[in-house]
Amino acid sequence: LSRERLDEDTWEEIEETLLVADVGVTPTQELVDRLRTRVKVLGTRTPEELRGLLHEELVTLIGEADRSLKTAKHEDGRPAVVLVVGVNGVGKTTTSGKLGRVLVADGRKVVLGAADTFRAAAADQLQTWGERVGAATVRGPEGGDPASVAFDAVKEGIAEGADTVLIDTAGRLHTKTGLMDELGKVKRVVEKHGPVDEVLLVLDATTGQNGLVQARVFAEVVDITGIVLTKLDGTAKGGIVIAVQRELGVPVKLIGLGEGADDLAPFEPAAFVDALIGD
Amino acid sequence: MFDTLSDRLAATFKNLRGKGRLSEADIDATAREIRIALLEADVALPVVRAFIKQVKDRALTAEVSGALNPAQQIIKIVNEELISILGGETRRVRFAKTGPTVIMLAGLQGAGKTTLAGKLGHWLKSQKHTPLLVACDLQRPNAVTQLNVVADRAGVAFFGPEPGNGVGDPVKVARDAIEYAKQKQYDVVIVDTAGRLGIDAELMQQAADIRAAVDPDEVLFVVDAMIGQDAVTTAQAFLEGVDFTGVVLSKLDGDARGGAALSVAHVTGRQIMFASNGEKVDDFDAFHPDRMASRILGM
Ligand SMILES: Nc1nc2c(ncn2[C@@H]2O[C@H](COP(=O)(O)OP(=O)(O)OP(=O)(O)O)[C@@H](O)[C@H]2O)c(=O)[nH]1
Ligand SMILES: Nc1nc2c(ncn2[C@@H]2O[C@H](COP(=O)(O)OP(=O)(O)OP(=O)(O)O)[C@@H](O)[C@H]2O)c(=O)[nH]1
Ligand SMILES: [K+]
Ligand SMILES: [Mg+2]
Ligand SMILES: [Mg+2]
Repeated sequence: LSRERLDEDTWEEIEETLLVADVGVTPTQELVDRLRTRVKVLGTRTPEELRGLLHEELVTLIGEADRSLKTAKHEDGRPAVVLVVGVNGVGKTTTSGKLGRVLVADGRKVVLGAADTFRAAAADQLQTWGERVGAATVRGPEGGDPASVAFDAVKEGIAEGADTVLIDTAGRLHTKTGLMDELGKVKRVVEKHGPVDEVLLVLDATTGQNGLVQARVFAEVVDITGIVLTKLDGTAKGGIVIAVQRELGVPVKLIGLGEGADDLAPFEPAAFVDALIGD
Repeated sequence: MFDTLSDRLAATFKNLRGKGRLSEADIDATAREIRIALLEADVALPVVRAFIKQVKDRALTAEVSGALNPAQQIIKIVNEELISILGGETRRVRFAKTGPTVIMLAGLQGAGKTTLAGKLGHWLKSQKHTPLLVACDLQRPNAVTQLNVVADRAGVAFFGPEPGNGVGDPVKVARDAIEYAKQKQYDVVIVDTAGRLGIDAELMQQAADIRAAVDPDEVLFVVDAMIGQDAVTTAQAFLEGVDFTGVVLSKLDGDARGGAALSVAHVTGRQIMFASNGEKVDDFDAFHPDRMASRILGM
C-alpha cells in the first residue's frame, strides 16, 4: 500500500478485506460507513492511518468480554460441568480432548463424557483423547441415550471427586429439530446434578454466513456461554464470529490452532484482528 | 432486508415496471443487488466479480423479451449463468477399463470424507459393484475404526492393516490396497484420506504421494456446503496438490446457501458430481445444478 491519499481504491480494499474474511455484507457496510464518518471527523489522510482506525473499530466491535472459563470445582465439591456442542465436523471432540489437556496440565482431575453415541467410533475417538491427556472417559452403548451417558459422566465425576466434567456431544445441524430437542434434553438431564457451568459452541473458522444462524439456534436451545473458534491454523479468518458476538453477545473464549493436544489457545481480540486484516 | 434475489430485484425495479427493456443504469442497479445476494450466499468475492461481469455483458446484449419484465429477464439470465457454471456437461464416475477402479477422497478436516466413503460404497454395492474401503487416515484418533464401522454399516469390505493414531504409512497402505483388491477381486477401491489444510505443504505432499501410488480414476474433493470465502483458496490448493477430478458437496441437508458450489466450480472448472445430505449411508444424491442455483439465489 504505497498510496498517499484515501481514494476509492483504498476504501474498496478495506471492504474486500472484510468480505473475504467472512465478516458479512451488513457488518462490513456498517464498519465502512462508520470509518468514513470517523475519517471525516479526524481528518485521516493516509491508508496506513485508515488501517489503524479499522483495527481499532474491529477490536471495539468484538468488545470487552469475560472470556474466562468456569472449570473449577464448586464449593460443595461438585465438579464444574462443560457441555461441548456444534454442527458436524467442526472440532468438538478434538476441542474436548485439548481442553482436557489444559486442565490436567493445571493439576485438575478431569472426566470426559462421550455423549456422542451416534457417529461411528465417536466414543473411541474421545477415549483415545482421554488416554492421551490423562482423563477417564465415561461411555455408553453405541446408539444409546446420550442424555443418560452425560448424566452418568457427571455422576462419575462427583463420585471420583473430579474438578471438571467435559461432555462431548454428537454433531448436529441446527436445522434438525429432533436432534436439537435431544441436545436440550442432554442439558436438562445433566442439570439434575446441578447447573451446567459452560456450554461451548464450537464454530469452524472456515464457516461462512451460516455460522450466525448456527449460533442463534444453539443459543436458543442450550443457552451457549462461549464460542470456540477452531481451525484458525488454516487460511480462513473466522470473521463470522464478529456478527455472532455482536448479535448474541456470546464471547469467543478459545481458539483451535491445529490437530495436536496443545493446539488450543485463549482468544485474543487484537491478535485475531491482526490476522483478519492481514497485518 | 430482502430474503430472495427476486424480492431484491423487484424492489430495484419498482419504478421501472412496464419499461420492458434494460438500460445500462438498470443493469448497474441490478448488479449491486446480485452482488449482495451472492455474497450473502457465501459465494467468494473474486467469483462474484467475475460472475457479475458475465451477467452484465449478457444483459446488455440480451434480446428484449416482451413476455418478461426487466426483473424477470435479469433473474432468467442470472439463473442460466449459474446453472451453466454449476452444470457443464454431466459426468458419471469414470470406471477403469481393466483392474479395479480407484476413487480417492480428499478435503479439509471434518468435511465428510469418511462418511462419503460409506455412502459411495453403499451406492456402488447397489449397482452390483464390489467396493473396498481403504483406511489411509492414520492420523486422526480412531479414523481407522470409524471407517471400519462405516464399512460395516454400508455392508461393504474394509482394508485397514494399520492401527492408525499416528502409526503406519498411508502411502504403503494405499499401494497394498490395490494388490489386495486385485487378489480378492474387489472392483472398486475407495481410498479415505486424512483431512488436511491447503497450506499444509507436508500433508499435501503426502496426499500427492498417495495419489501417485494408486493412480486413481477419480479424485473427489469433498467440501462442506457451509464453507465461506475460504472455498476458493482451499479448492485451488487441493487442485494443485492432488489435481482432483470431481467435487462432492457435503452437509447439504442444512440451511447453508452453499455458494461454495459456485466458487469451487468457477475457480477449478471441476464438475460437482454428488450431493451428500445426511449422516446415514443412503443420504446421498446426484448433484442437480438447477436446484443448487435456486438454493444459492434463495428462490
Ligand atoms: N487444522 C485443524 N484441524 C482441527 C482443529 N480442530 C479439529 N480439527 C480436525 O477436524 C476434524 C474434525 O474434528 P472432530 O473433533 O472430530 O470434530 P467434531 O465436531 O467432534 O465432529 P463430529 O463429532 O463428527 O460432529 C478432525 O480431523 C480434527 O483433527 C483445528 O483447530 N485445526
Ligand atoms: N448432516 C450431515 N452430516 C454429515 C454429512 N456428511 C458427513 N457428516 C458428518 O460430519 C462429521 C464429519 O464427517 P467425517 O466423514 O468424519 O468427515 P471427514 O472429512 O472424514 O473428517 P476428518 O477425517 O476428520 O478430516 C460427522 O459427524 C459426519 O456424520 C452430511 O452430508 N450431512
Ligand atoms: K487463519
Ligand atoms: Mg465428535
Ligand atoms: Mg475422515
